[in-house]
Amino acid sequence: MSSTVQGEIEAKHIGECEPGLSPLVIGGRTIASRLIVGTGKYSNYETMGTALDASGADVVTVAVRRERLVNERGESLLDHIDLSRYMILPNTAGCFSADDAVRVSLLGRDLLEQLGNAGASWVKLEVLGDKKTLLPDPAATIEATKRLVAEGFDVLAYSSDDPIASLRIKEAGAMSVMPAGSPIGSGMGVLNANNIALCLELLKENDADYPVIVDAGVGAASDVSRAMELGADGVLLNTAIAHAKQPIMMAHAMRKACQSGRQSYLAGRIPRRKYATASSPFDGVISHIPGE
Amino acid sequence: MTVILNGTPTDLPDGATVHELLELNELAARPCAVEVNRALVPKRSHEAHILCDGDAIEVVTLVGGG
Repeated sequence: MSSTVQGEIEAKHIGECEPGLSPLVIGGRTIASRLIVGTGKYSNYETMGTALDASGADVVTVAVRRERLVNERGESLLDHIDLSRYMILPNTAGCFSADDAVRVSLLGRDLLEQLGNAGASWVKLEVLGDKKTLLPDPAATIEATKRLVAEGFDVLAYSSDDPIASLRIKEAGAMSVMPAGSPIGSGMGVLNANNIALCLELLKENDADYPVIVDAGVGAASDVSRAMELGADGVLLNTAIAHAKQPIMMAHAMRKACQSGRQSYLAGRIPRRKYATASSPFDGVISHIPGE
Repeated sequence: MTVILNGTPTDLPDGATVHELLELNELAARPCAVEVNRALVPKRSHEAHILCDGDAIEVVTLVGGG
């Protein structure tokens, strides 16, 4: 069976049988998959291409870096990404000031305009505070958000899981705030679920459709489900697939975990209780129950 | 004249444009973006923008990232 036919069958199956899997909407862009994946750290482009496909992602992130000059050139990322299939989300990774983040955003937009890709007008804003932790600098992120919005960008801003910092970034004009589950590439998952829940509550207050994406820290599929079960609108990850022992299998797992977590959130979990509640009735038991 | 291209001093013919710089480096047909002295020179201005001695030029492209 060709992959296209298989894809159509899966799409039909999801459409008819899988309730709740509505697309993610960010600033007028409708994105079928709520999982956004990065393109970094893969051992080779062939594995990356297959993993992107398996993840089901419609949006993939890329970085802006110096072109290797003649004689140093090898394969290009752009030779391995189907630009008609994926919307490219350029990032400002590696920037430690608002000035540099604005420069990189402008360069990325110029590149994506040349490629005719729909991702040209948005940017994944990262303004980092420290190379060791790669944690975001909230003040510089707010400043860069304001300047990029003034330049006409749709800003998806990487944030810490601090609810107030996240709220201030929204107020600065970010189209989406993306709190970190844990430090980039750490694989520790959602370290402070209460903070993520508070971020969601504050960012969505009187604005239920405001998109909040948990970005960074995912180590395994259960971390994606956890973030989605908390009510995140999407998850962005890279290393957890790229550095898995079997990246393509992990990409499949991440796709399903994102869908499962979304459905689990929408379906509404039962409350946590201290004591058990029996699933089988006690009425009619033939056994002796201790203490009765 | 000498410019700083991606951090490296590089000789260029006097009066070279951004487009000519890219052609000399076999980059004109590839997707790349250029800034000169920390200011973007958009693709549509590559042929018109004349470089000066001492200009700091960054030529960038898209690479894998998260």
